[in-house]
Amino acid sequence: MSGVGTGTGELEALLGRRWRKPAFIKRPALRWALALGFVVYLIAAVLTIPVDWARVYDGLDRGMAFIGAFAHPDFVSRGSDIGEGLLESIVITVAASVVGIAISIPIGLGAARNIAPLPVYLLCRAIIAISRALQEIIVAILLVAIFGFGPLAGFLTLSFATIGFLSKLLAEDIEAMDRVQAEAVRATGARWSQWINYGVQPQVIPRLVGLSMYRVDINFRESAILGLVGAGGIGATLNTAFDRYEYDTAAAILILIIGIVMGLEYLSGLIRTRVQ
Amino acid sequence: MLQLKKLVKTYRTGDQALKMIDLEVPDGQVLALIGPSGAGKSTMIRCINRLVEPSSGEVWLDETELTRLGAGALRRARRKMGMIFQEYALVERLTVMENVLSGRLGYVGFWRSLARRYPQKDVDEAFRLLDRVGLLHMADKRADELSGGQRQRIGICRALIQDPKLLLVDEPTASLDPKTSRQIMRLICELCAERGLAAIINIHDVALAQMFVSRVVGLRFGEIVFDGGPTELSPDKLTEIYGEEDWEATIETVEDETEEAAPVAAVAP
Repeated sequence: MSGVGTGTGELEALLGRRWRKPAFIKRPALRWALALGFVVYLIAAVLTIPVDWARVYDGLDRGMAFIGAFAHPDFVSRGSDIGEGLLESIVITVAASVVGIAISIPIGLGAARNIAPLPVYLLCRAIIAISRALQEIIVAILLVAIFGFGPLAGFLTLSFATIGFLSKLLAEDIEAMDRVQAEAVRATGARWSQWINYGVQPQVIPRLVGLSMYRVDINFRESAILGLVGAGGIGATLNTAFDRYEYDTAAAILILIIGIVMGLEYLSGLIRTRVQ
Repeated sequence: MLQLKKLVKTYRTGDQALKMIDLEVPDGQVLALIGPSGAGKSTMIRCINRLVEPSSGEVWLDETELTRLGAGALRRARRKMGMIFQEYALVERLTVMENVLSGRLGYVGFWRSLARRYPQKDVDEAFRLLDRVGLLHMADKRADELSGGQRQRIGICRALIQDPKLLLVDEPTASLDPKTSRQIMRLICELCAERGLAAIINIHDVALAQMFVSRVVGLRFGEIVFDGGPTELSPDKLTEIYGEEDWEATIETVEDETEEAAPVAAVAP
């Protein structure tokens, strides 16, 4: 039996010709113009950044002193300040993570287009957009202005930031779930809450747990930064150490932060493999 | 008795998936719905339990008209319609037992189902069904540890524990090997006979349908173009349903296979 396309000459014309993957941008002129434009812009942009080489030379000493301090960190002389700061950071992290995650779950459900009606979807997406648009530091400065210095502002900031992060990723995971599994549960006559519990929750729980652990990790790191704008925690202690040029104490604090973040990372890895 | 009256489904894209379908399925009848991909088979059974909303027409299950039911009444009506899916559609991260018991969700309250504290008679029935399909020892395994044929058996248990009057079966064998396909089809048909259930089975495999069911309905472009016994399917009829092709081979195999069916079953474990 003969093939379908014989006799057209189309095949003969193609045989012996080299084949290349079609380019993403079809017009060669446009493609090259974009590439060249990008390189030119990059060079121009780098050239406009002012560098004061004399200042860099002076600063090298201070930089070296700071880095050198890591060789002999001082945990002791400001020991009680570090202890208090660390404890406050941990309290902020745990409280903000628990509250943030608890609020994120309903908002995440509402922000998934495949399970929420349109008005709820738009409302939840708006909340997420606001939370993500406002950077933590900016929120913290605002909240410090309202509630004064201290951990309350830090706690509220991180709760708010957690909502934007976790709800969005949870909603995306729900939108990517296997529709048929959920459909099968709906076909049994389950009510909405049962449908979520049996059809949706088992599909998204491993990722939700993983993301929550990741967020705890981020919240701890952020709580160290937020202290710099007066929102309490270890960051406040760190800031004070820098202000007093106590690089040994600063190094000790940074080592503690790095240690705790790595510990959390390891823990979250363990938990994630368990819930898969 | 299930009755479809002038059932129409037009998708938002303008595709007319179903055009004025009229169909009656008496109690206890197992019916195979055949037709090419895109003929509207899947849409039709999903319009019956309203996983897809029909555009117009009526669906009667005994004395209830399903297309106009509110949310609560629809849930109660869905309890009477068990559904079996092509890719099994088990919730993979739940255990076998949870998957089977999820068939009772329409009957138990939210808190009971959340705590997995089902009434003892439901639990007993779940064990009986698992035993019936030969998977009692798998009860506490996770659904994704099972093979395709095993998963489909669990899917069947989930549908049956609903205590349905009607089974809606969507391509039950499309993801299975030929031997498992026959076993699953045989199991579905046996269970329907045991319990006096009506069933609509969407199926690609014409020969397999002819082996097991008493009535075949052919769908083409959303219209019923054939309705009769399995032996009435001639090459002409198949051409009408599927389009021009050499059908003699398909029909011959059917006859071969029916003779061959007994030894195959004997070999099966």
